[in-house]
Amino acid sequence: MSDYANSAYDPAPLQGVLDQLAPQGRAALLPALQAAQALYGHLPEAATAEIGRALKVPLAEIHGVIEFYSLLYTQPKGKTVLHVCTDPACALRGGEQVLAALCRRLGVQPGETTPDGAYTVEGAPCLGLCDHAPAIWMGQKAIGRVDLQSVDDILQGRGDHPITACYGETKYLIGRCGKGRATTLAEYEADGGYAGLRRALSLSPAEVIAEVKASGLVGRGGAAFPTGIKWEGAAQASGQPKYVVCNADESEPGTFKDRVLMEEDPHLVLEGLLIAGYAIGAARGYIYVRGEYPAAYQAMANAVEEARQAGYIGEDVLGSGYGIQIELRLGAGAYICGEETALFESIEGKRGFPRLKPPSPTTHGLFGKPTVINNVETLANAPRILLQGAARYRQLGTEKSPGVKLFCLSGDVARPGLYEVPFGVSLRHLLFDLAGGVSQGRRLQAVLFGGAAGAFATPDQLDVEMSFEGLRSAGLPLGSGVVMALDETRDLRMILTGLARFFAHESCGKCYPCQIGTQRQYEILRRVADGEALPGDAERLADVGWTMADASICGLGQTAASAVLSALKLWPELFEAGNGKL
Amino acid sequence: MSNVTLTIDGQTVSVPAGTTILQAAQSIGAEIPAICYHEACTPNALCRNCVVEVEGARVLVASCVAQVAANMVVYTRSPRVERSRRTILEMLASAVDLSEAPDIQRMMQEYSADAQRFPQAERREIPLIDDNPMYVRDYSKCILCWRCVQVCADDAQFTFAINFSGRGYETTIGTFFGKPMPATTCVFCGQCVGVCPTGALKPKSEWLLEQGLSIDQVFAATRQERTGAEKRTRTWRRA
Repeated sequence: MSDYANSAYDPAPLQGVLDQLAPQGRAALLPALQAAQALYGHLPEAATAEIGRALKVPLAEIHGVIEFYSLLYTQPKGKTVLHVCTDPACALRGGEQVLAALCRRLGVQPGETTPDGAYTVEGAPCLGLCDHAPAIWMGQKAIGRVDLQSVDDILQGRGDHPITACYGETKYLIGRCGKGRATTLAEYEADGGYAGLRRALSLSPAEVIAEVKASGLVGRGGAAFPTGIKWEGAAQASGQPKYVVCNADESEPGTFKDRVLMEEDPHLVLEGLLIAGYAIGAARGYIYVRGEYPAAYQAMANAVEEARQAGYIGEDVLGSGYGIQIELRLGAGAYICGEETALFESIEGKRGFPRLKPPSPTTHGLFGKPTVINNVETLANAPRILLQGAARYRQLGTEKSPGVKLFCLSGDVARPGLYEVPFGVSLRHLLFDLAGGVSQGRRLQAVLFGGAAGAFATPDQLDVEMSFEGLRSAGLPLGSGVVMALDETRDLRMILTGLARFFAHESCGKCYPCQIGTQRQYEILRRVADGEALPGDAERLADVGWTMADASICGLGQTAASAVLSALKLWPELFEAGNGKL
Repeated sequence: MSNVTLTIDGQTVSVPAGTTILQAAQSIGAEIPAICYHEACTPNALCRNCVVEVEGARVLVASCVAQVAANMVVYTRSPRVERSRRTILEMLASAVDLSEAPDIQRMMQEYSADAQRFPQAERREIPLIDDNPMYVRDYSKCILCWRCVQVCADDAQFTFAINFSGRGYETTIGTFFGKPMPATTCVFCGQCVGVCPTGALKPKSEWLLEQGLSIDQVFAATRQERTGAEKRTRTWRRA
């Protein structure tokens, strides 16, 4: 194929990788592209064509896949790519200034590579380091609380290694977190680990499901679907094989709970996944970790290997007769892949377009087979439910929201970090009693609740009960547990513009409301934030917002305007023409 | 197959199970606009212009794929539906050139959509691609209905010459590493041109006539190009 001749390209190392991956076919596309990029620094056309031949994927479709994912490059990039977070929590602490300073120091514009090929600087979507804002991710390393006085240190990879502080009133989920390294299998077992799985294996799958249903556990990824009902649906579905998937594509701006659980207590997550697998009779499990979390991926990979050697994973788990294999997948830079059906598409080697529902994943999920997909935090609850039983699990929390919840506190808060509390505490208790209130002694203006796809709470809502029912009656989304404090000095229009930029960047482009709506929303908010609102912009934002909420295919589009719509209701004056820049 | 009875815009309808809401509405003369839908393509329900309000549903429902259910209560022109359709049409008009999309223009009239609703909007303006003797590609007119990609792939031709480039608002239709069409697997079957609803894909001869060439000039120009392209294609296939 002389068309693909490329003198700098040596096909030999890729061939070895492809020989291994070829039997998986298209499902190995993302791993193959990632391996090729690791070998060549980017994806040369010739390497891409070779992957297409080995995995039997049409070339145009491979190119479509590469184009979809932010972390796959068809052009050479710097040896080190500096991903500078500019999303809200980091923007509040100078993320944009960090990006500008690095660009100035290296003499490039954002997205460009230095002439010597050493560095590429890029603005990045939320890196899940919000408690260490402003943050940078570079290769295998993350740096938090970036100090602009030491730009050269950053280039050398020196800086604060972010260890998330873990606080709260209970320690069921994060009891082994906060130490800055992964809990080993030996430590986990010594602390009672895998006893939940042992108990599960002593029960029938139906009894496991009954226990989870009785616990009242609901999904912690944002949609709050009852976990036991999801498991039951997949268990009763007729297709084979069945799959269980851990959704570790945490990307909601302001959220870092799943990263901490995976980096520091990977066996807890894995044990939950194995319990879910047993309950539905899954032959294979996948853990899909977002591409910006290489440390979490590595911790989970190590845990899977430890567990395999110890007999928790394999053809006969702990002699029970139940067999399961676990495979890890690394995302490649696409928030939308946290949407469950987009995540399936991604594992299947496609662009991460959400599918139409129905059918639901429980009957037609990964590879079209019955699938349970749960968020990391959801799965982390399962071991204790199995070990202690539903009744004890329900002793914490409220009647309608049993158990505990992780909250990610960031922004203008005295003690940012990960907080575990029983459902039902007040926002005031969480933000002021536990997290020390607003930083620098300032007054609270608002709290961004639930993430980018969230809504604003005002100071008069501080006594709202942090439970599904309490928040619902206050019109606030629990989302993924984001509590981002904003002090009295902040211009909320800047925050909204940042959120809008995020959604415009992350929309997959499939359905019109979100594809065009996220772009129009961003454009309008940009001029509103610049003090140059046009007459009618509030109505434009409302029409775009409600159209996205009502008519988009998936949850991304349906919530891409929720913070804007909440601000329009609370502070309509912010959007009026003639309201100047702060 | 058993029949299902439901209510559409206050009217009782009985249709076979498995019927889509769109078909059921058509059966009583309720017109539902659909842009991406094409009877020869797998429906993707992505234009969302065919959404309807179903009582009890949290969000609007795409009627081209949603099937009827017993006792369903459907509104095809409720205020929520009208707002979504109008806004989608206004946003489309702010993004692409709809001058050769008469069906969409009619819908804009029907829904009082204002083509100038979004001032200062970044339009998708993409230079026309004239890289083969059979058709031109003017992606400034492309509404991303996906039909061309679908018929090029497993909805019809199994040629897989085109797919997507970019993501979100930046999405366009593209080839492997942006190669000119004769260097792809394209067999110039014309299926993509046939299903394009907006004139983004157009026969080369038609386009040349629009540019003011005479029929003789068009014939001469395309014949010359065709001969060259066939040679190039044959060479490439052997390589």
